[in-house]
Amino acid sequence: MVKFEIKDFSISFGAVRALNRVSFEIKANEILGIIGPSNSGKTTFLRSLNRLIDLTPHFKQEGTIHLEGEDLREIDVEEVRRRVGMVFALPLPLPLSIFDNVAYGVRMHGLTHKTRVAERVEESLKQAYLWDEVKDRLGESAFKLSGGQQQRLCIARTLAVEPEVILFDEPCSGLDPISTAKVEDAMVILKRNYTIVLVTNNVKQAARVSDRTAFLLGGDLIELDETDKIFTAPRDERTADYISGKFG
Amino acid sequence: MNSHRSQKLAFFCLLLATLLVVIPVGMVVVIIVQKGLPGISWEFLTDVPRKGMRAGGIYPAIIGTLYLVTGAIVFALPIGLLAAIYLSEYSRDNFLTRVIRLAIVNLSGVPSVVYGLFGLALFVVFFNFGASILAGSLTLGIMILPIVITTSREALESVPEAFREVSLSLGASKWQTIRHVVLPNAIPGILTGTILGLGRAAGETAPILFTVAAFYLPQLPSSIFDQAMALPYHLYVISTQVPNVDEKIRYGTAFVLLAMVLFMNLLATIIRSRLRKNKRW
Repeated sequence: MVKFEIKDFSISFGAVRALNRVSFEIKANEILGIIGPSNSGKTTFLRSLNRLIDLTPHFKQEGTIHLEGEDLREIDVEEVRRRVGMVFALPLPLPLSIFDNVAYGVRMHGLTHKTRVAERVEESLKQAYLWDEVKDRLGESAFKLSGGQQQRLCIARTLAVEPEVILFDEPCSGLDPISTAKVEDAMVILKRNYTIVLVTNNVKQAARVSDRTAFLLGGDLIELDETDKIFTAPRDERTADYISGKFG
Repeated sequence: MNSHRSQKLAFFCLLLATLLVVIPVGMVVVIIVQKGLPGISWEFLTDVPRKGMRAGGIYPAIIGTLYLVTGAIVFALPIGLLAAIYLSEYSRDNFLTRVIRLAIVNLSGVPSVVYGLFGLALFVVFFNFGASILAGSLTLGIMILPIVITTSREALESVPEAFREVSLSLGASKWQTIRHVVLPNAIPGILTGTILGLGRAAGETAPILFTVAAFYLPQLPSSIFDQAMALPYHLYVISTQVPNVDEKIRYGTAFVLLAMVLFMNLLATIIRSRLRKNKRW
């Protein structure tokens, strides 16, 4: 099943073109890795998928993105963002307690029933492999958690609103290897129930977790294929150069 | 001159400039405390002025000032805060909003006597409130609006953009984001600005001169349509308009006024530093 259909999609900021007529599909329940050097348009693309790009002044879109057959621009922006969750590059807990961080989105969507909110919080923390570490200190400030725990809290917070897609924007760039491994494990298991788009600067990370990998360069989609093929037999020379570390 | 010496000279000039700023302020406080404190007594604070203001206390003026300050804030805080939210969260950066911002900055530089005349024309005469607590409060409120708006806007804008993005990315609406993420984190700054505005409103004479202040009114006002005495104006009256007022009464009044304003500024500083300590980012 196709989750996202991206057609001739371009984004420009003033005279700068960040994405240049990219077209491809994202399948349901896959992990799509997006790699590329800085300024390749990865993050711009990711922020287009949940329309967070709308916050950037003076952006201009051409082409379309369809979510399950519906144009993203035709869907309520709040609904888009509820269905397409996002985990940011740096762990960004809100200045609230651990519990309230996870409950935030749920409450904003109108769920007020206390036990049901609590159930959803517990479920989400379990899915993000954080429950056992925080179950006795849910009332504490989220800022007391370690960086890795904070990032898993952010994943739990995203899961709590029951999205269909989760966008990861370089989710491990600020984490140590052990925390990174935990986040990666979580992603692989989450794939069963969610579609995952992972933007990463770490080529090896894409190789480890993604099913298919896209390589962006200067706003162009250079290559998109099964991860195995991209990493063993890339068709484009630039892809080969990038993953072998000749530039970046 | 070698670099060591020129550095010493620079330090000396900077120190001198700082002292020139601090010494007069310190002297004002010292003199007022020295001459005013002996006049302070329970009777002075709770009695009405007597014998043509040459005896008795300043109770009606204290209460009048409290009324005026409260009225000003009831008016200025909601409007100022809403305007600040609009300017920082909703308005786009275009010619119109830039003009509005500039106007607000310039409003805080308008001499207070001009606000007084404006209040006289609009509230006292046009709306026919007469010289009253209502007219005086509204005039003071308009005078402190720029302070409330500017400090509130700065407080709102200092909330990290990332928090807004997180909230929006979870599907919260813009208003929910403002209500649940931006505002709670901006409250320390908003409070500080409000209290500074209060201090300013408590100390001004010109805006209340034509709009509310009574020369001599030895009872408390009974409604917001009554005139009232107020500390700054009372101080002016007993210092220049009434002959032979005991120095203890004059400096005592100044002391009370100064104490009120300094107390508010101190309160603002304490709130700000306490809430900043709790700030978790």
